[in-house]
Amino acid sequence: MSYIPVKRPKFSLLDKVYVVELVKGLCITFKHLALSLLGKSRGKKDFNGNGVGVCMQFPEQRWDAHLPSYYRGAPVLVRGEDGRERCVSCQLCEFICPARAIKVTPGAVSADSPCQKQEKAPAEFEIDMLRCIYCGMCQEACPEQAIFLSKEYLITLTDRSKAIRNKETLYKLGGTRKGLVNKWNQYK
Amino acid sequence: MFSTLCQWYDDVMSNEIWFYLITTLIKLVLMFAVILAFVVISVWTERRVAGWIQDRPGPNRAGIPLFLLKRFGSKEKQPLSKLLHFFGIPQDSWIAKLCTWLRLDREIPTFGLMQPCLDGGKLFLKQEVTPVYVRRFLFILAPMLVLGPPLVAAAVVPFASAVETCYGHISMCVANLNIGVLWIFAVSGLSVYGLTLAGWSSNSKYPFLGGLRASAQLISYEVAMGLAIIPLLMMFGTLNLQEIVQQQADNGWTLLPLWGEGLNVQRWALYLPVLVSFLVFVTCVFAEANRTPFDMAECETDLVGGYHTEYSSMKFASFFMGEYAAMVIGSALVVTLFFGGWSIGFGADAALAAYCDWLAVLCQFLVFLVKLFAFIFFFVWVRWTLPRFRWDQVMKLGWLVFFEVTVINIFLAAAIMFFVKQTPFCSLFN
Repeated sequence: MSYIPVKRPKFSLLDKVYVVELVKGLCITFKHLALSLLGKSRGKKDFNGNGVGVCMQFPEQRWDAHLPSYYRGAPVLVRGEDGRERCVSCQLCEFICPARAIKVTPGAVSADSPCQKQEKAPAEFEIDMLRCIYCGMCQEACPEQAIFLSKEYLITLTDRSKAIRNKETLYKLGGTRKGLVNKWNQYK
Repeated sequence: MFSTLCQWYDDVMSNEIWFYLITTLIKLVLMFAVILAFVVISVWTERRVAGWIQDRPGPNRAGIPLFLLKRFGSKEKQPLSKLLHFFGIPQDSWIAKLCTWLRLDREIPTFGLMQPCLDGGKLFLKQEVTPVYVRRFLFILAPMLVLGPPLVAAAVVPFASAVETCYGHISMCVANLNIGVLWIFAVSGLSVYGLTLAGWSSNSKYPFLGGLRASAQLISYEVAMGLAIIPLLMMFGTLNLQEIVQQQADNGWTLLPLWGEGLNVQRWALYLPVLVSFLVFVTCVFAEANRTPFDMAECETDLVGGYHTEYSSMKFASFFMGEYAAMVIGSALVVTLFFGGWSIGFGADAALAAYCDWLAVLCQFLVFLVKLFAFIFFFVWVRWTLPRFRWDQVMKLGWLVFFEVTVINIFLAAAIMFFVKQTPFCSLFN
């Protein structure tokens, strides 16, 4: 059988008159109201709530310490343990970005860099935080493990122009990641 | 000088026309202020109660931040600590801790009461978009037609008992009409034009459907609403709302006939039809005010925003306010007809009036406001409990259930009034 017919409940006359069920419903919602006013809502502990209802009072109280490992915040660029810029400006993140938030300007590797083999490095790397949707596609697409989603979620701006983060800011926010990517080592 | 002023006041008030004009103007402003204040309060109640029912706090901020003081030139950085110091309260006492917990060191708390006002202000400042394809005249007329009728309908709602002053008689409602109930029905029925015109003049699919639904629903429920209160009118024998409330104050509220002449056999035999009237009437008020579970005209899931989809800025706000004003008037009408309006109950009105007229008026006014608020809370409570009905269910309920029930109810009430005698309960036991 390709479909399963849903069994509709048979309503008694009392159900059809609706008034009794209505009063029951009102009682349920009133119970919720009373419990949240008393600060005893169900599941309050799980949500780390404080005060009325299960909610956390945001600016005073924050999840920061409890953010799950998979939390997707603002994307940032990272350096390797050796201090090398991991990004090779292949522009895959720019192409995959569904919101077109990323703009990479490719450039040559600076002459004094220890990794001449990688040939390219971003001359400029911009992410427009007003466009970013925190989907994590850039991180998925990156073959160099150079771009990651951080746990930063408070992106509050006073000016639209401040929403565009340049390469310097992104590296500063990203810091370094453990684990060497050896394929650009010139002795390999 | 003072005696001249008194003389002048005396002269003006002794003139019948001036007396009538001045008292009416005061009552008018009062009623207008009450309704607009209650629109704000009911929006606040709606959002807070919705929050509590859904286990969250609702809008609880919107305090007046104290850094504004600095903006206005005050050099004081910590007004709270200075205030505590002034009263000699130590910084680590429980009072200081309580003040900090209430965020008094940062803001003057309003518990979210400012939120609707700020939202209104925001809507004032927003960009006004009038699409090019609308019928401009009707498009602009529609929001006025929605906001106007509830405010006009409020004219006949009594908010305190009548007072005899040395200058003349003051009836505590703006217009003491003998057709009070009919006036409310007639005027509040006009608001359907606003909704229909908004839907039609928008020249767009979803608003049009919303307008159609609004007109069909309001007209259907107007019938049941009118028929539902006929048993009550037979009982009171008058359409004048002030007299209806006066009778309830003397003889027990319609739904609570526990004192005065309310304690007779006929009145209690009439309790069943009155209860049916109450249920039907309240449901119809919900439908008339376009509230869930009857908000077919603007149900977001199938009609985007309903009849006000194309409206923006203050035009949208006046639809919003009109809706809440209709809710306030609906509550006022239910309170007036079924819960004794301004009457304090248990014969307290007459006792208070005998003690001091104006004290009685003040108490009755407050009691009226409390009852009004209670019923607004009920409106909100129902909204966050019941899911929306389907369109055909709404029509079926209106025409196939309420219409029949109310017609039968009228005959039942008439039969009871004819056959059951008005014997007081106390005479039964003798």
